[in-house]
Amino acid sequence: MNEPILEVRNLIKQYPNVTAVDGLSLAVPEGVCFGLLGPNGAGKTTTIEIMEGILEATSGEVRYRGAPLDQRFREEAGILFQKTSLQDFLTVRQSITLFRGLYARGLSVDEVIRLCALEKLEDRDNRKLSGGQLQRLLLAIALVNDPSVLFLDEPTTGLDPQARRNFWELIQSIKARKKTIILTTHYMEEAELLCDEIAIVDRGRIIAQGPPRRLLQEHFAEVMLELPRQDFPPSARSLPLRIIDMAERIEITTDDLDATLRTLIDAHVPLSNLRIRPANLEDLFLELTGKELRT
Amino acid sequence: MMQRLAAVWHARNLEFVRDRATLIFTLILPIALVVGMSFVFGGKERPLFKIGVITQVIDKGAHPFLSERYTEFVPISDQAAGIQKVTHQQIDLLLDLHGTPRYWVNTDSPKGYIVEKLLLASVSGAHREPVTGAAVRYVDYLFPGILGMNMMFSCLFGVGYVVLRYRKSGFLKRLHATPLTAFEFLSAQVLSRLCLILFVTTVLYLGIGSIIHFRRTGSGLLAILVAVLGALSMVAMGLTIAARFSSEELVGGLLNLLTWPMMLLSGVWFSLEGSPQWVQWVAGIFPLTHVLNAARAVMIDGAGVAAISTDLIYLASTSLVFLAFGAWSFRWRYD
Repeated sequence: MNEPILEVRNLIKQYPNVTAVDGLSLAVPEGVCFGLLGPNGAGKTTTIEIMEGILEATSGEVRYRGAPLDQRFREEAGILFQKTSLQDFLTVRQSITLFRGLYARGLSVDEVIRLCALEKLEDRDNRKLSGGQLQRLLLAIALVNDPSVLFLDEPTTGLDPQARRNFWELIQSIKARKKTIILTTHYMEEAELLCDEIAIVDRGRIIAQGPPRRLLQEHFAEVMLELPRQDFPPSARSLPLRIIDMAERIEITTDDLDATLRTLIDAHVPLSNLRIRPANLEDLFLELTGKELRT
Repeated sequence: MMQRLAAVWHARNLEFVRDRATLIFTLILPIALVVGMSFVFGGKERPLFKIGVITQVIDKGAHPFLSERYTEFVPISDQAAGIQKVTHQQIDLLLDLHGTPRYWVNTDSPKGYIVEKLLLASVSGAHREPVTGAAVRYVDYLFPGILGMNMMFSCLFGVGYVVLRYRKSGFLKRLHATPLTAFEFLSAQVLSRLCLILFVTTVLYLGIGSIIHFRRTGSGLLAILVAVLGALSMVAMGLTIAARFSSEELVGGLLNLLTWPMMLLSGVWFSLEGSPQWVQWVAGIFPLTHVLNAARAVMIDGAGVAAISTDLIYLASTSLVFLAFGAWSFRWRYD
């Protein structure tokens, strides 16, 4: 494994009455996309903002290339916050030009515009952009210094599915340039698609860490059967199955699919709406914490 | 550092110039005020003659002439300042009753001519000291006041609210994630606002000045120096308010708390001469008072740098103190 480009050691962040980050440590190797996953309030944003040098930790430290965060880190880091406003009355190009002027080195404004597919929008007032367009502009601003490490805090929250997919394509093109990416998200699809390694965070602590496939293999040898709640008769609850009650559906976990299906057929459970799928990160989070990820 | 400062400075200028509504309001308000005030006060002649007496307090028993009806007697402690007022026809005559009576009268002033006749009928053997000079109209007195007041609002609200808006919207937080330092950001804001204020003030000076036929007597460069130091001091004052707070209500209240007393007590509309000592003492704290004292001294009296050096030093010192405090207490985040 590569040497870590970023290291977090025993990070603690306390606010009055709440500990947002509780002794969190992690190491991010250079060139990987590292995902911090967790529900709202898990401490993801607090952790990433301390890693960005925006927020001070109560204790613990963050090191970039083996040294505390300093001016070099600011020159070499690109940041996309969960929520950012830009200066009013500036066009897309002028907004990028402003931020390009804040760094000693970086890409040209034209390159960044091309990279983020903003050519047709470059003369538009940044207040008149759609959510997806604005997010592309903010990503462009995060890339103006050709960063070694790129922080993306819930970059696709609030975007429609099409804009989200477009954004993922952009991130994949940045990944192809061997950039290190730190991503927080509560979209499992996003994490599975983009991240080489993930850390699942709950109550300010990491409860599991590793490549997504490996984590799933470690925790699940089973497949998931999903049935609509109304298709599952009360009498079937006494069947020898591992049943999980979800809001709208019943989930059954099994490592012997044939036997489980036979049991359900024998109990006259209607299977026309049955869905069989492999375990995903959401299942993993549920397994580890007993909570749904998006709550 | 200069590259970062220039980038923020340029972006802020673009934002200001493109905010048409604010720009137009910035230009129109002072024009409307000058036109309105000169309309209300300009044509009205004062009903009394006004005679300055070189003394600390007017004692009507000191001489029968001091009991003349329809004449206002005002104490003047400084002979040179009194002569200046006669020159500008701000008083109709200056009288010194110590020893052999002496008086200064403006030979260009019709009211001075009449008051002189009144004086000679009552005070025999007084020594005549003629001076000449055109009258300073109220609108001439008001003009620097309006320019200064416009500058004050632009400095305090323009900078204070802009920084507050940047903080609340998260734009400051985004800038904080770059190599930009607080000092560079604040300097860019100060310089941007300074340039814009000088531009607007120049436009207003030329525009309103030509409408009211204002005649500047002193050095133009010195007037610009007063404007630069005055704007610096008040921009820096605005930054100290905006440096830390995030509440619009609080910042708005604090800015009002500063601007209203300055507008009323700094001598924008009327001279503070004759007002209670404590009022003059309070007014002396405000940068705007020093801006207006210096600006009127240069623009109306033709004063040189030595005469306004106290005001210039006060403005430069407060600029440094406010800027240092603003940079020290500056906060990027909105919590």
